[in-house]
Amino acid sequence: MISGLMQYEFLQNAFLTGMIIGVIAPLLGVFIVVRRLSLIADALSHVTLAGIAASLLLEKKFLFFSGLNPLYMGMAFSVGGSLFIEKLRTVYKHYQELAIPIILSGGIGLGVIFISLADGFNTDLFSYLFGSVSAVSRTDLWTILVISLLVIALVVMLYKELFLLSFDEEYARATGIAAKTLHFIFIIMVALVIAASMRIVGILLVSSLMTLPVAASIRFAKGFKQTIFFSILFGEISVLGGLFLSYYLDLAPGGTIVLIAVLILVLAIWFKKRASARSI
Amino acid sequence: MANNDYIVQVQDLFYRYDKENVLENINLSIQKGSFLAIVGPNGSGKSTLLKLMLGLIKPQKGTIRLFGQDISKFRDQHKIGFVSQKANSFNTGFPATVFEVVASGLTKKLGLFKFLKKSDQVKIKQAIGSVGMEKFLDRNIGELSGGQQQRVFIARALVSSPELLILDEPTVGVDAQNVNSFYEMLETLNKQNGITLLLVTHDIGTISDKVTNVACLNKNMHFHGSTVEFEQLKINEVSEIYGHDVHVLTHDHHHHEGAHS
Repeated sequence: MISGLMQYEFLQNAFLTGMIIGVIAPLLGVFIVVRRLSLIADALSHVTLAGIAASLLLEKKFLFFSGLNPLYMGMAFSVGGSLFIEKLRTVYKHYQELAIPIILSGGIGLGVIFISLADGFNTDLFSYLFGSVSAVSRTDLWTILVISLLVIALVVMLYKELFLLSFDEEYARATGIAAKTLHFIFIIMVALVIAASMRIVGILLVSSLMTLPVAASIRFAKGFKQTIFFSILFGEISVLGGLFLSYYLDLAPGGTIVLIAVLILVLAIWFKKRASARSI
Repeated sequence: MANNDYIVQVQDLFYRYDKENVLENINLSIQKGSFLAIVGPNGSGKSTLLKLMLGLIKPQKGTIRLFGQDISKFRDQHKIGFVSQKANSFNTGFPATVFEVVASGLTKKLGLFKFLKKSDQVKIKQAIGSVGMEKFLDRNIGELSGGQQQRVFIARALVSSPELLILDEPTVGVDAQNVNSFYEMLETLNKQNGITLLLVTHDIGTISDKVTNVACLNKNMHFHGSTVEFEQLKINEVSEIYGHDVHVLTHDHHHHEGAHS
């Protein structure tokens, strides 16, 4: 493995990208989970699929687009989808969760149409759905790195505002925090991170990398900062362990990463149960 | 009309929602250093009046002045601390310590892109101490009792050193035996720290003798005066406001409660 990492650029790309998304996906995931927005991540990942499919279709039909990295269009669709969700949430004030199935099914519908129109792709669509160790390019790595630095900087700079918005939205508004703008920035960050993470874990499993590590750490963490710390730690273990297994067992990394995250979650629940049983 | 002795001045205020008047012709003034309780039954427009005073909604008619300034020009939100009724129904599984929750009260005052300084941490600990919760600094907020959580939310409001503290139904979710010590804490804040208090409640029985002024609201302002005057009101007048029989407190009520504890 170590020699493989030294030798093959594709492995370096996969592991470096994995290390980056192991930080940013759980970082935003903490805010997503405590704000009870977990399903939004799912909806946006399916919109991203539509964007990827659209890009692959263009690539196949028009020579002009042959160099286009599908990641860009995936991101554009994801951001567009996030704005559409916000719009729907204001239209259906009393049924805000309706926005999620609308966007989710719309995303899949669009994706399926693009895929059928293309009559199959040369590029392995499978790698977009379930992640891949071999498909991450240097351009992907650079794009993901830039986005991640931007997201981390924003979260650090807006940490106290994001915390307050998540903990108590009404109070945030009452004290004069620009809650709407802040939420807008947040949802765009989520859309970008989903598109960035999809290369490694795959579209179908992106949301689990944002929620499972958080679900585990919330079981025993004291306070918000500790929750973030453990979420990132669990995210990293899942991604790196998952990539390692994926490489050796020749499995799609999406599956191995998520299964490790599930294992950590089960251990966290078990650990907490034992700890509380002891204290009695 | 700007008078610096008055922290809040509400004049001829009307608020309509769905063609129905929620508040009519409201006049209210809160003097610096006082402890005012606004009482009224459910649906009397208390929460609406608070929202108007916090600038969350705009009235159709009338003016609100905060610290002598028209509310549309008021930018010193940190001078007003607010403890919402919803404080009781927040996400109790939220992973935040008492310290983190109270620190979030400084968000607006510190401003964008600023981090907590040493002096802010001292302030946070002081605020937690002033509500008697210093032992619970690192506990998750969800592990505390309703009354303890309410104290934490008061500390969060206090941390930005407000001159006016607004409490919406603060004793809901506080055990009956702790209500007295809760009011004693409010009295200390009022008398020793010089914070003007505004408390809103539907439960006329919880108004304690620590309150200096009372306002009775039910769409209109039915009474606005000192607690002494309020207690001289005939019971049937109060019933009229509420529309049903009520048990008005007397000082005996408190002695009675004291004998039990």
